[in-house]
Amino acid sequence: MFRKIAISAVSALVIGTGAAMAAGDEGHVHDVAFSFEGPFGTYDEHQLQRGLQVFTEVCSACHGMKFVPIRSLSDEGGPHIPEDQIRAYAADFLVADEASNPQLFDAANDSYRALKSTDNFPANHSANAPDLSLMAKARAGFHGPAGTGINQLIHGIGGPEYIVSILTGYTGQEKEEAGTTFYENTAFPGGWIAMAPPLEDGRVDYQDGHDNSLHHLAEDTAAFLMWAAEPKMMARKQAGLTAVLFLTLLSVLLYLTNKKVWSAVKGPRKEH
Amino acid sequence: MAGIPHDHYEPKTGAEKWLHSRLPIVGLLYDTLMIPTPKNLNWMWIWGIVLTFCLVLQIATGVVLAMHYTPHVSMAFASVEHIMRDVNGGYMLRYLHANGASLFFMAVYLHIFRGLYYGSYKAPREITWIIGMLIYLCMMGTAFMGYVLPWGQMSFWGATVITGLFGAIPGIGQSIQTWLLGGPAVDNATLNRFFSLHYLLPFVIAALVAIHIWAFHTTGNNNPTGVEVRRTSKAEAEKDTLPFWPYFVLKDLFALAVILVVFFAIVGFMPNFLGHPDNYIEANPMATPAHIVPEWYFLPFYAILRAFTADVWVVQLAHFVSFGIVDAKFFGVLAMFGAIAVLALVPWLDTSSVRSGRYRPMFKAWFILLCIDFVVLMWVGARPPEFPYDWISLIASAYWFAYFLVIMPILGVIEKPLAPPATIEADFKSHYADPAE
Repeated sequence: MFRKIAISAVSALVIGTGAAMAAGDEGHVHDVAFSFEGPFGTYDEHQLQRGLQVFTEVCSACHGMKFVPIRSLSDEGGPHIPEDQIRAYAADFLVADEASNPQLFDAANDSYRALKSTDNFPANHSANAPDLSLMAKARAGFHGPAGTGINQLIHGIGGPEYIVSILTGYTGQEKEEAGTTFYENTAFPGGWIAMAPPLEDGRVDYQDGHDNSLHHLAEDTAAFLMWAAEPKMMARKQAGLTAVLFLTLLSVLLYLTNKKVWSAVKGPRKEH
Repeated sequence: MAGIPHDHYEPKTGAEKWLHSRLPIVGLLYDTLMIPTPKNLNWMWIWGIVLTFCLVLQIATGVVLAMHYTPHVSMAFASVEHIMRDVNGGYMLRYLHANGASLFFMAVYLHIFRGLYYGSYKAPREITWIIGMLIYLCMMGTAFMGYVLPWGQMSFWGATVITGLFGAIPGIGQSIQTWLLGGPAVDNATLNRFFSLHYLLPFVIAALVAIHIWAFHTTGNNNPTGVEVRRTSKAEAEKDTLPFWPYFVLKDLFALAVILVVFFAIVGFMPNFLGHPDNYIEANPMATPAHIVPEWYFLPFYAILRAFTADVWVVQLAHFVSFGIVDAKFFGVLAMFGAIAVLALVPWLDTSSVRSGRYRPMFKAWFILLCIDFVVLMWVGARPPEFPYDWISLIASAYWFAYFLVIMPILGVIEKPLAPPATIEADFKSHYADPAE
């Protein structure tokens, strides 16, 4: 069912692309129902773990994530991976661009050391790709109507949706410009992106055996990057909810107090 | 003008008398809290408390944020991420501070437009109004510099564009811009001084707020009828007023609590809705964002800044008359600051004999149009400067100036206002039954 929707959504995007591109407009971003949306939404830790796997095996070859501490992978409300596994994960992590991570240089041995769980994920400038630490907050998927951003109230800002749409938005067309290959992508503003299609069906074999078709890979990656950008989202929503509930109660009490105090000097409103 | 007559603090015990004869601070607090307040104030008179709360919130959260922030171009962005990820409750402090600025401006705009509608700026409250405008200017400066501190793309390019405005001043502009930035471009020196001033200005605002309150406690509050409190005797005054405590303190606190429900819902559930995604990209002097947009609360004035392009006849006329000194860029800067200046001048632009807009049938329509105009300017300020937005912003900017410089002075002469009630008491009694009956 979901696959059908996704396929029809993607094909609708492909068909709808022509007009948008002609207008030099922003790309098309489709809405995705993520588990962490809404005031009560939470991250799905299994989805985050799968997204981490995609990031580790695919994205990290070109992209850095330098603001995210590796230790935070064990945070509750996040991927929630046991600490010993994280230490092992850090030690095995392949640093693709050592030169951009001078903090890992071990002068005593004149070599780069392996990552530790207390390190951040490495920076990576090898392919001139943007850092992914905050990517899910650095893009807006939805802007309308007429640039007012009001539809963000319904769909959210659309950062993770933008990531999903980019990862699934390739049409297969390529072009060469000044020695660089560009790939047509229905979600990318302007329609042509320098990133080669990073994912396809079955690109990563999930450790938990989950369906690894393209749209699952894309959504898991986007969910993981949302967590990377906003690791405290669960705590924030909880604090927000507590504040809203207590302030609502306080409002009621103040309303009644105010009414009582004023009742001595102000009668009911007269009808005119 | 003497204050409204009311009971003053009388020290009773020996210790109270001892303190009062040396420092009458308890008396000052008592008189401030018990100030006679027009009893017919409506729900638009709550924004002062909301604004005071915002100032305290911003200073409290800001002081703690400053403990963890690093004002250096290579570390500022990372230190904000450190606050978001590692500092206990840091994400909450930062989101409260960022959204607190939005609440601050929403409240100040409602407060200003309240004053514009009910004529709160008219004699004898001109000083209150002018101090208020100074507070508003300081708020804009503080908010602008605060937005630079996270050192994201919009921070950097916003700073570049806005300081560039000073560069448009003929002759001395370049020197002023360099002096402001501490160098030829936005860089570490700029970030450092903006951090310093961002920390300083809120305390200037706090001092101005004290003077603002002092001023309107001297004249008394305006009220929805615009009719003054009778002050020939205490008994007369008491017919029109109620003490601030407990009546208005409780009313204001109730309103504040309701507003905070909405505020915490935004902070808790959608804290980035009012921000710009580009500010989550670290500042890069080599990459200009596709659209440089200020925060929402600057958009109306940003729209006015951009509205006057070189193809507008007013600009061409100014260019010709000034022998080329006033070009389109400088004209835009003058228009933007002028748009705020006309606000400050309303006490002398309003010629009406009646204070409150409630009794001015023609004024009401023009005022509603001004409110719509403000929202339209806010909308086009965020749109690219191309057709039809260029035309919309030009028309909306023209209306802004026409309202203050033409419509307001003329209306006061040609309009036949309705008769306001004789007293506040009469107004109150016409609306509410007497609970004693």
